[in-house]
Amino acid sequence: MPTMNMLQAINNALDIAMAEDDKVLCFGEDVGIFGGVFRATSNLQEKYGRARCFNTPLVEQGILGFANGLAAQGSVPVAEIQFADYIFPAFDQIVNETAKFRYRSGDLFNVGGLTIRTPYGGGISGGLYHSQSPEAYFAHTPGLKIVVPRNPYQAKGLLLAAIRDPDPVLFFEPKRLYRAAIGEVPEEDYQLPIGEAEVTREGTDVTVLGWGAQMEVIERAVELAEKEGISCEVIDLRSILPWDEESVVESVLKTGRLVITHEAPLTGGFAGEIAATVQERCFLYLESPIARVTGLDTPFPLTLEKEYLPDHLKVFEAIKASVAF
Amino acid sequence: MTTTQDIHSPQFLSGDEFSIPTFRLLQQDGTLFEGAEAPELERDQALKIYHTMVATRVLDERMMAAQRQGRLSFYMQCTGEEAAVVGAAAALDDADMIMAQYREQGALVYRGFSYDEFMNQLFGNELDYGKGRQMPIHYGSRKLHYMTISSPLATQIPQAAGYAYGQKLAGEGYCTLCFFGEGAASEGDFHAALNMAAVHEVPVIFFCRNNGYAISTPSIEQFAADGVAPRAFGYRMHVIRVDGNDILAVLSATREARRIAVEHNKPVLIEAMSYRLAAHSSSDDPSGYRSKKEEEAWREKDPILRMQHWLIAQGWWNDDEEKALQEALRREVLETMKRAEKRPPPPLDSLVSDVYADVTPALQRQLDRLKTHIRQYPESYPKGARSLDPDVKVRDDASNPDVQGGE
Ligand SMILES: Cc1ncc(C[n+]2csc(CCOP(=O)(O)OP(=O)(O)O)c2C)c(N)n1
Repeated sequence: MPTMNMLQAINNALDIAMAEDDKVLCFGEDVGIFGGVFRATSNLQEKYGRARCFNTPLVEQGILGFANGLAAQGSVPVAEIQFADYIFPAFDQIVNETAKFRYRSGDLFNVGGLTIRTPYGGGISGGLYHSQSPEAYFAHTPGLKIVVPRNPYQAKGLLLAAIRDPDPVLFFEPKRLYRAAIGEVPEEDYQLPIGEAEVTREGTDVTVLGWGAQMEVIERAVELAEKEGISCEVIDLRSILPWDEESVVESVLKTGRLVITHEAPLTGGFAGEIAATVQERCFLYLESPIARVTGLDTPFPLTLEKEYLPDHLKVFEAIKASVAF
Repeated sequence: MTTTQDIHSPQFLSGDEFSIPTFRLLQQDGTLFEGAEAPELERDQALKIYHTMVATRVLDERMMAAQRQGRLSFYMQCTGEEAAVVGAAAALDDADMIMAQYREQGALVYRGFSYDEFMNQLFGNELDYGKGRQMPIHYGSRKLHYMTISSPLATQIPQAAGYAYGQKLAGEGYCTLCFFGEGAASEGDFHAALNMAAVHEVPVIFFCRNNGYAISTPSIEQFAADGVAPRAFGYRMHVIRVDGNDILAVLSATREARRIAVEHNKPVLIEAMSYRLAAHSSSDDPSGYRSKKEEEAWREKDPILRMQHWLIAQGWWNDDEEKALQEALRREVLETMKRAEKRPPPPLDSLVSDVYADVTPALQRQLDRLKTHIRQYPESYPKGARSLDPDVKVRDDASNPDVQGGE
């Protein structure tokens, strides 16, 4: 099996999808001959031509409006927004249009073919505007699917699933792992299910939950905890919307404890939604309060980024506190 | 009120019919075009402009080298566009507001932002006015009427219209000049800004630096029209296209634009034609999307050399002065860089300040928790730990390996 980093896996998925279906188009700022600022779309223009892989003018609202129109027509657009921080100019098109197309037309029209790819997250010395994790804003909008891969294998399988999914999908790529995460990725076409969490480690004392780049942080925290004799069950949510309530509830019923972590600020973060659901369904089984380890309720800093981020030591402390409660 | 003229057969007008001339005065050898007249420019201001351009170039070259050495995380150069930026700033009143995109450090140098001030921002230390929150090159100065840079593109353009409208109401005779790239001019914010400014008769100068590229995207993939300038007609605005490498033309055009803005409360669009000689940023490699030959051709139109030739022809400058200036500037950059590098980071408390006017109870709780955590693992959070306790022993580099197992 070939070894790939996450960018190569994403590029490979796009290549497979474009080869299979003429209707698949890739576009966005700098995605053409340059292959995108991170090189996720390398060689696609050369292979599939300028009509199917192209640079757009610098206008996110235009990119998503155009993509909505294309998808409504029956094409399969994969639009790239250069950084998740710059998705907000397109917020209206995504939240009011992409998400509601099918509903408001009684399914006369839909934009199910649309996939929006965008790099998110911190830890890259990006400061305020190259580090945000905006998944929760979109999770409040019915009609979208939100997916976050944690490694190259997932990136390929989930992106192929997203492109072929009958609903519009927002695909958040953890840019800190673009080159850092390397792993075996099957050469052939495969899909991973959207809406299903993955239990990546089984344990009995506490459930530790995250997605995307936080999974690496959780792994490190859990290793420290295991050394102290704490048995952790680790869940990668993979899909934020819809999210896999059953897997999470099942795990918490077993362990009685839950630690959730994400980079986005605490207030209104998606951990809040999960915590509310879990306390509703597992109330009598909980041995300790559900803990959230997140960014602060501030914009993302630069010099003090390391201090700000929910890292493995903060998760480790939360695990210990949860077990010792 | 627009007047319309009726026609009775379908006659379409085409965008191809618009072609906007370029205003230029100075040739590359330092002589004026035939029939061209230099704007009024005294020796002192001419030399200040020139010093500014050279100081900007020296800063850019040194900081790019420093970035390559790993001393700072990111950098962006103004190289090739010094005349456009400095010429525009020199045409303004020092109290006019400047709202820049990010590549316009030349305007700040012109207004007297010191190398120390640049370095403190670039290194995000405790003296950075922005308190170490934004990436390098996101400068701002209230004293110098220079709005702090924000990375999301084009957001400053409608803000400039609003700021200038306030200036008009205040009646003090100031205007706002807004810099942006031809790429950013594709954003919805640009179109919203021009319309707002034209409708509300706002004293604002929209200054587009058309440098040929938005990262890798050449301007021919950015718009089908003859540049950005023709858009002004759609909003019924004054517009001029100017050779952005020609300091005299930029100065003269911007002075006139300022007069129109301030005396008549009318917005003006300037499109300065230039070329981004350097990479987009320290993270970019232009060899993937443009040729060395193209770059070389533009190097021959260097705006600094062009002005130098003109100054020498005026008898205001010579080679010895050039050498002395370059050496003095290089030394100063290196000295200020060393000073800034040594300064400590902003204190941990700055993580939660300025989110609101006052720190909220929730933020205070979050900070207190963070402090408790950092006291537990001071080695892992060197910058924060040092500000909690100056005597604490921590390593200097932020990438130090974390302690395992709570040692
Ligand atoms: C809203 C938004 N989208 C994308 C980006 C990423 N980005 C930063 S600079 C840039 C290119 C800007 O080009 P241009 O406006 O022509 O200015 P230049 O860099 O050429 O001076 C892009 C796409 C951003 N900062 N903001």
